[in-house]
Amino acid sequence: MTVTVKTFTSSSEAAAALSSDRNARYLGGGTLVMRALNEGDISLSTVVRANDQALTRIDPSGPRITLGAGVTFARILGERDLAFLHAPARSIGGPAVRNMGTVGGNLFAPNPYGDFTVALLALDATVALQGGFGSRDIPIEEFLQSRERQAGTLVLSVSCTRPTSAEAFHYRKIARIKPKGGSVITLAAHLPISGGRIAGARIALGSMAPTQIRARAAERALEGRSLDAATVEAAAAAAAEGTSPSDNALSSAWYRREIVGVHLRRLLLGQE
Amino acid sequence: MAKTALQFRHNSSDVAIFVDGGTNLLVALRELIGDMTPKFGCGQGGCGTCSVLIDGELHLSCLTLAETVAGRSVETLDSLKQGPNLHPLQRAFAENFAAQCGYCTPGMLMAAKALLDRNPSPSRAEVVEAISGNICRCTGYEPIINAILAASGDRASA
Repeated sequence: MTVTVKTFTSSSEAAAALSSDRNARYLGGGTLVMRALNEGDISLSTVVRANDQALTRIDPSGPRITLGAGVTFARILGERDLAFLHAPARSIGGPAVRNMGTVGGNLFAPNPYGDFTVALLALDATVALQGGFGSRDIPIEEFLQSRERQAGTLVLSVSCTRPTSAEAFHYRKIARIKPKGGSVITLAAHLPISGGRIAGARIALGSMAPTQIRARAAERALEGRSLDAATVEAAAAAAAEGTSPSDNALSSAWYRREIVGVHLRRLLLGQE
Repeated sequence: MAKTALQFRHNSSDVAIFVDGGTNLLVALRELIGDMTPKFGCGQGGCGTCSVLIDGELHLSCLTLAETVAGRSVETLDSLKQGPNLHPLQRAFAENFAAQCGYCTPGMLMAAKALLDRNPSPSRAEVVEAISGNICRCTGYEPIINAILAASGDRASA
């Protein structure tokens, strides 16, 4: 299928081109947009690209890290300062997909993909967007809720706070095929401990709703408590609350609801 | 629609072609350059048989917009040939019965080359990880893993 390819040197020009053409899509690593082209997606008539170096910048030091939207998972795995993001980055695709797929593209990846975004959601990330209106930062949760309406905007970067300690951040992707396979469910938890109690609990789930979501009931069960067996049990019991998983080839919605609490318990207790 | 001129390094030669907007690298290699070694499998990034090296990095050619390789180096399975001799990886695949129907083999060999170029003596777990993006429906993977380990041993002893 033939489409028009527009390549720009700056992200603002690319954003302008995106916002003025509703059949335009931004090409990052290609794992979503080229796939749509190969499948003959007729809603796509223009491909927009930008060679802006700012899009591939990583700022890995300091308490708040920033990843350009065009940063690949392979590059994250090469950054020692980003060790807390290595497990989610490694859980994506095989080596070729990790050399191609980007942080920005992952925000748009539908189920059963988008695992890296689950980790970012648990870390309270902020998404920097550029649209016809200029640029702005929005919380990742708000971005995901309005993802379908973000077609005309360009993601510039994602930033998040580094976990307070390596033990405070947990991530796991449940897949049938190892080491590579689509997500049955994906879980990420950030549980900062202050004075022996959890302060600011975040539990994020993938493949449990049309987009990645926070498990608010489980977060409430954890907040202000110490991370003991009874607290974990309460969080596990509440894990499926507010979720709306779908059936797909990897699993039924029923099975996802059944296992989400089991895997949350294992994740929080550090069990295999 | 206007075509875009595209020049890049293909194995050991410079090539110049004209591509339509949206053409993927796999189509450019097979239909415009005539290099039939990368295969079309799924077109979705799930099977890995179209794998090539771009500037030494493993990429899926079916998900690569052809014009993004302008000025870069693309290596396909065709680059492994050394006159009448098989590349050590190809020889190891033959000796370990790592190819049955052969459709995944071009991608498996490129994924293996990407691994051994970076890590000449990988562990078994590293081999499994390196080919995790490549699907084989015949062998059950064991012969392929053994072949890559054997090739790495040959390199080490050479």
